[in-house]
Amino acid sequence: MLRPLPLLTTLVLAGPVLVGLIGAVLPAFGYLVPGADMPFSRALDWPGLTRALGVSVFSGVLSTLGALGLATLILAGWHGTRPFAWLERALSPLLAVPHAAAALGLAFVVAPSGWLMRAPATLLGWERPPDLLILGDPFGLSLAAGLVAKELPFLLLMMLAALGQVQAGSRLAVARSLGQGRVAGWLKTIFPGVYAQVRLPVLVVLVFGVTNVDVAVILGPTTPSTLSVQITRWMTDPDLSTRAVAAAGGLILFAATLAVLAAWIAGEHVLARLGRAWVWSGHGLPERAARGTGLGLATVSAVMVLLGLAALAVWSVAARWTFPDLLPEGLTLRSWNRFGPEMLATAGDTMLLAVAATLVSLVLVIGCLEAEVRHGLTAGQRALWLLYLPLLIPQVTFLPGLQLLPLSLGIGPSLWLVLLGHVVFVLPYVFLSLSGPFHAWDPRFAQVATGLGASRNRVLWRLRLPMLIGPILTAVAVGMAVSVGQYLTTLLLGGGRVTTMVTEAVALASGGNRRAIGVWGLGQALAALLPFALALLLPAILYRNRRGMRHG
Amino acid sequence: MDRGLRIEGLRITRGGETLLAIDAHVAPGAVLTLMGPSGSGKSTLLSVVMGDLAPAFRATGRVLLDGRDLTGLAPEARHVGILYQDPLLFPHLDVATNLAFGLPRGGTRAERRAAVEAALAEIGLDGYGPRDPATLSGGQAARVALMRTLLSKPCALLLDEPFSKLDTDRRDQIRQLVFARARAAEIPVLMVTHDAADAEAAGGEIIRLGV
Repeated sequence: MLRPLPLLTTLVLAGPVLVGLIGAVLPAFGYLVPGADMPFSRALDWPGLTRALGVSVFSGVLSTLGALGLATLILAGWHGTRPFAWLERALSPLLAVPHAAAALGLAFVVAPSGWLMRAPATLLGWERPPDLLILGDPFGLSLAAGLVAKELPFLLLMMLAALGQVQAGSRLAVARSLGQGRVAGWLKTIFPGVYAQVRLPVLVVLVFGVTNVDVAVILGPTTPSTLSVQITRWMTDPDLSTRAVAAAGGLILFAATLAVLAAWIAGEHVLARLGRAWVWSGHGLPERAARGTGLGLATVSAVMVLLGLAALAVWSVAARWTFPDLLPEGLTLRSWNRFGPEMLATAGDTMLLAVAATLVSLVLVIGCLEAEVRHGLTAGQRALWLLYLPLLIPQVTFLPGLQLLPLSLGIGPSLWLVLLGHVVFVLPYVFLSLSGPFHAWDPRFAQVATGLGASRNRVLWRLRLPMLIGPILTAVAVGMAVSVGQYLTTLLLGGGRVTTMVTEAVALASGGNRRAIGVWGLGQALAALLPFALALLLPAILYRNRRGMRHG
Repeated sequence: MDRGLRIEGLRITRGGETLLAIDAHVAPGAVLTLMGPSGSGKSTLLSVVMGDLAPAFRATGRVLLDGRDLTGLAPEARHVGILYQDPLLFPHLDVATNLAFGLPRGGTRAERRAAVEAALAEIGLDGYGPRDPATLSGGQAARVALMRTLLSKPCALLLDEPFSKLDTDRRDQIRQLVFARARAAEIPVLMVTHDAADAEAAGGEIIRLGV
C-alpha cells in the first residue's frame, strides 16, 4: 500500500515544476497564448530590463552573502555562550514570520517617517521626515537588508542542525589547543563541514533573493522594480497577451539565476583555495572585532524585525500619530473594528488552505518515510535534489507556466490549483523537518514491539507516530507557516479569485493606509506563529506526566 | 514434537563472504550463550531469528521454533521476544499500558487488567501501573521490560547484551530473575554477551564466534 507513495510524491514535486516550465517556454516563443506577438523581443525591449536584472542579481547575491556571513560569524564567535542562547531564542520565532509581514514591519521602521528617524527628529526638532530615499533605494540596499534579516534565522538554524554532524566541539577544542583563536579556528576547521551540509539551503536563499516578489514589492526599488516584480505585473496585466511577455521575462530571469548559481559555485572553489592558503599562512583573525561585529549586526537584525512587528502592532491600534512623535497620541480599537472582521474571514480561508496543504504533504511524507523503513526504498542523494527542485527553480519562472498551460487546456485558475501549488512548496519543508527525527527514532522500539507480536501498522500508529508527536506537530507548524507565506503561488494560480492574508497585505502595501497594513500584517504574522505555539504546547500538555517524552 | 529452538545449517553471508555458520539447539528453559568480538555476527544472528535481517545480508539454512519453520514468517508472527541492554519501555505509555502492549488477544478488560496487576506484583512493583516509565530506577525498568516480554507468551527469548548497563549489584539479581523466569516458563533463551559472568550465570552451552 505504501510502495507507490515515493513515486506519487516525486510526481507531486516535479510534475508542477515541469508543467510550469513547459507552460512558460511555449508562450515565450509565441505559442499557447493567443494574440501574443514576439513575446521574447517585447521582454528584451523593455527599457528597464538591464537595470531591473542588475538590481535583482545585486540584492540577491548581497543578501545571501550577508545572511551566510552573519550566521557564520555568530556561530564561530558565540556558539555555546549565553549571548548565543539569547540570540537563538530571539531569532527562532522570526523564522516563522512570513516574508511579507516582516518586510511590511521593516518598512515601518526604516522609512523616512518611520521609528528609526523619529528618534533624531524628536531630539533635533525636525518637523517633517527627512527627504531620503531609504525605502526602495535604486540599488536595492534596503531590499537586501530586509532579506538578510529574514534569512539569517533560517541559515543560522540550518547550520546549527549541521553542527552536530561534524563533531564541532572536539574539532574546535583541537584547533584552539593548536593555537588558533576561537573565530579563526572555527572558520578553518568547522565551517567547511557545516557549509557542505547547508549548501542546498544556501542556494535556496540565493535563488529566493534574486527572484522573490513579495519582499521586493515592499522594500525594493520602483522605477524600475526588480525583474521578478515586473514579471508579476505583466502576469496580472488585464491584457492577456502580456502574459506571454511575463513567461519570456521569467525565462530571462531563470537564465540569469543559473548564471548566478554557476558563479556562486565557482566562488565556492575560490574560497576553498583561499581558505587552504590561509591555513598554510598560519594567520589568525582580529578575534575581538570579528566577534563584536557578528554579535552586533545579528542583534541589530533581530531587533529590527522585532521592532517591525511592534510597529505593525502599534499602528493597528494607533489613534492620531504624527511625525515626529515616538508613540501615538492615543490607542483605539477603531482600525480593528474597521479591518478586523474582513481580516479574520480571510484568516479563516488562509488557515483552511494551510491545513489542507500541510495534511496532504504530511500524509505523503510519512508514507514515504515509512515506505523507506518497510521496503528499504531509500531515497538517497538524488531525492534530496528533487525535494529542493521547486525551491531552486525561480517561482516567477514556472508559476506563470503553471497558470498558462492548464488555462489553455480549459483549466482556469482555481482553489484546487492554488492548493496544489502550496503543496509543492510545503512538502519539501515538511519532509526536511520530519525526516531527521523519523530516522533518529530508535529502531529497537520497533523490534521489541514486533517481538511482542505487534504488526508494522500497530508499530506505526501506536509507537512511532505518538512518540514523534512533537516533531510531527513542528513539521505541521513549519508547513502551515510556509503556506501562509505563499504570495506568488496564491496570486498567480488563484488568478485573483483566491485571496489569502498575504495577497491582501501585499496589495495594501502600495496603498499607504498604515492602520490597515498594521492589522493585516500583524494578523498574518500571528497566523504563522500560532501553529508553532500549539506545536510546543500540545505535546507538553499531552505528555505532561511523561518525562521520557521531553526534549525530543 | 521437537521442542525448543533449533538452528539448522544457518549461514549468514554479506557480499558473498561468510560471516558465520552455525548449528545449534536450545532446549526449553535452557540458555545458549554466544560470545565473540564486535563484528563477529552475534547480533546479526539474533536478527535472523527475529526475522528483520538487514537487506545487505543473506541467510541460508533454517530456524525452527518448537518444530515450526520460521523462514519467511513475519516478525510479529514468530513469538520471539527480545531484551536489549536498555529497557526500551515505551515512553509515552504508563507502566501498566507498557505491560499490556504485548498481551495476547482475548479475555475481558478486567481479566487483562488483572493479568497486568499480577505481573507487577510478581516483580515487586505493586501499584506502579499508572507510573511514568521514565521515573523508574534502572533495575525496576529492567524488571518491567522482562515482564512485558513474558506477558506476550514468547516461544523463545533473545537477550542482546541484556545486563551490561545495570549496576554491578543489580546485575546479578536481574540475571537470576531472567534465567529463573525463562526456566519456569520453559522458554529457550539465546543470549549474546561480552561478559563472561553472564555466560557463567546462564550455565548453559557457550559458543564462541569469529575468534
